[in-house]
Amino acid sequence: MAIFQKRVKEFDTPYAVGAAIKNGNAVTKLSMLIMGFGSIAHKQVVKGLLYLAVEIGYLWFMIRNGINCLSHLITLGGQESVEVWNEAKGVYEYSGGDMSILFLLYGVATVFLTIGFFVVWRANMKSAYEVECLAKEGKHIRTLREDLSELMNRKLHWTLLTPPLAGILVFTILPLVFMICMAFTSYSKVNDRLTIFNWVGLKNFATVLGMGNSIGKTFWSVLAWTLVWAVFATFLNYLLGMILAIVINRKTTRFKSFWRFCFMLSAAIPQFVSLLLMRTLLKDNGLINVMLMNAGIISSPLPFLTDATWARVTVIVINLWVGIPFTMLQVTGILQNIPAELYEAARVDGAGPVTIFFKITLPYMLFVTTPYLITTFTGNINNFNVIFLLTGGAPTPVGSTAGKTDLLVTWLYKLTVDQQYFNVGAVVGILTFVILAIVSLLTYRNTGSYKNEEGFQ
Amino acid sequence: MNEKQKKTRSMKTRGMIADTIVHIVLAVLAFIWVIPVAWIVLLSFSTQKGSYVTSFFPKGYTLNNYIRLFTDRNILDFPQMFTNTFIIACCCCVISTFFVLSMAYCMSRMRFKMRKPYMNIAMILNLFPGFMSMIAIYYILKVFNLTDGSMIRVALILVYSGGAGINFYIAKGFFDTVPKALDEAAYLDGATRFQVFTKVTIPLSKPIIVYTVLNSFLAPWLDFIFAKVICRANAKYYTVSVGLWKMLEKEYIDSWYTCFAAGAVCISIPIAILFVIMQRYYTDGLSGAVKG
Repeated sequence: MAIFQKRVKEFDTPYAVGAAIKNGNAVTKLSMLIMGFGSIAHKQVVKGLLYLAVEIGYLWFMIRNGINCLSHLITLGGQESVEVWNEAKGVYEYSGGDMSILFLLYGVATVFLTIGFFVVWRANMKSAYEVECLAKEGKHIRTLREDLSELMNRKLHWTLLTPPLAGILVFTILPLVFMICMAFTSYSKVNDRLTIFNWVGLKNFATVLGMGNSIGKTFWSVLAWTLVWAVFATFLNYLLGMILAIVINRKTTRFKSFWRFCFMLSAAIPQFVSLLLMRTLLKDNGLINVMLMNAGIISSPLPFLTDATWARVTVIVINLWVGIPFTMLQVTGILQNIPAELYEAARVDGAGPVTIFFKITLPYMLFVTTPYLITTFTGNINNFNVIFLLTGGAPTPVGSTAGKTDLLVTWLYKLTVDQQYFNVGAVVGILTFVILAIVSLLTYRNTGSYKNEEGFQ
Repeated sequence: MNEKQKKTRSMKTRGMIADTIVHIVLAVLAFIWVIPVAWIVLLSFSTQKGSYVTSFFPKGYTLNNYIRLFTDRNILDFPQMFTNTFIIACCCCVISTFFVLSMAYCMSRMRFKMRKPYMNIAMILNLFPGFMSMIAIYYILKVFNLTDGSMIRVALILVYSGGAGINFYIAKGFFDTVPKALDEAAYLDGATRFQVFTKVTIPLSKPIIVYTVLNSFLAPWLDFIFAKVICRANAKYYTVSVGLWKMLEKEYIDSWYTCFAAGAVCISIPIAILFVIMQRYYTDGLSGAVKG
């Protein structure tokens, strides 16, 4: 079907907004002010009234709250809260201050609404111009019924995409923009309480990236450990999981499904259960230490989770325990797709299993699974569960906000939830994103699955 | 005995040695992987008190941990947590599946101006640490009064399924493998695109639908951090993961240690079964809709 082969340029319609403003007649131009006027004038009454309703609703909202919200977005409120003596409780309380955080949230939401309104306005202009042109050429103008059935057919994406996109907008994009805004404010705990805050520009970025203060120093060490962790966690898991899958799939290995079952078992139980389990096993007075001490092998408990170096090795090893079965599952199917002739040819040439692995299996797998590797890598940089449930970032040096095993994400958690340094937390989040974006977009855009999306269609 | 026979025999012995080594290594590895799982099952039947365990095998066996887990409803109410999670998971499952499938179908089959930008944006959004927006989501939910009382359940459902549409990539990849010739045949018979979606594509996509359904059903059982931030101290609305985590906190660990093991076993069995089913459909899904 030729329609599907057309490229982006083919989506250009003659009924663009620019053309509508330039060439439209008076009715169409009036639609710029009174939305839906063009539609109503050409007997698409319901459609026109809907546009009009959107416009009235938006204007009503803007006059009542919106303009106020926007102006607050700029100032973020200036009313400091004051200490008030509470007779009933017998304590000083802070009250009456502006809630800068809500001003910020409402302001961002208003901006979103305005953008949404602008999108509807454009649609209104397009449809006004379209009916004008159709009427001029004496063509049939769609009735409401036809418009609706069109939504189930040629414009099905409008119907199907609206609910999920609305969800993404409210629960992913809006919070994200909100948090990104926070990185440019002074929203943070001062003297044990949250106060009103203000825009401070790039100051927080300077704090986090600079080496001069404790936050900056912590950032660089946490970043270094995060990268080390992600590289080890990703590639060790990948290599060992693949070797395990190969060993199980060997022709002469017996009880294949039994071995697979053993490893599947630990992959199938929920991750938080296995992590909590591991933590209790490895504690100073956990089963492993107690059993070793009772056997007289060691005299004091091994510091699996309390010594910085031990803890770092432990989390990587435990992550192997959790992750290898997953890799094995993912990789098994792909391994069986490697053409057998390649192996036979190699064997005829006298290659041993190690050579075969490095010259045939590994290059082939890397070619096929690059997207999978990128996802695992980003997943590991953002691997909250393993660190939080195993060590909680411990051991933590005195006076530092991050422990020795803290990743950027767990540090972000501590900064926001525990310490309430929201602005610094937001900066850390943005920087994490920047690192991930650089790594993955560069790699992903070079893989076949992106360039060749329709190769198999 | 000539040269050739000697050679094959030495190859045979070498092969046998290699096989033996492989099997021994596998046995050791399997032991390492199975032993913690076995231990938690044993612990769940243990009669011991407190959290100080000295031996792998418990001194005595009892069912009391399980009985207490389901009957002691004062402090950590496990049946309540289970119900909470179950309700949330069911709602999530419906909403997320709908979102993911519609997104995936549009991205795979419809061609419209914003398609490529949407796909790139989705990929970029996935790179942000999921937790980063948590605080903001909390404030948004608070504005809608969803952070107190029984509305916490609604809040969790929204958190888990609201942005689900963004994970459409796997399902899209599957829809891409459904032959377009089928769609075209249906169009010739006068079907609308919506009919093609519901009557042609969906029935052909069983593996990926099962995968999506199970995946979104499991999310609330496996997630820990979102539930913890949203529930805060409202023990009545804890999901299982937060509850089990709580049992190992300092104030509860001494009396709840063995019950934790029992709870972990109770949760793990159904989840493990679902997980295995999901994996099967996932591999089916990866190999495409129409088998060659």
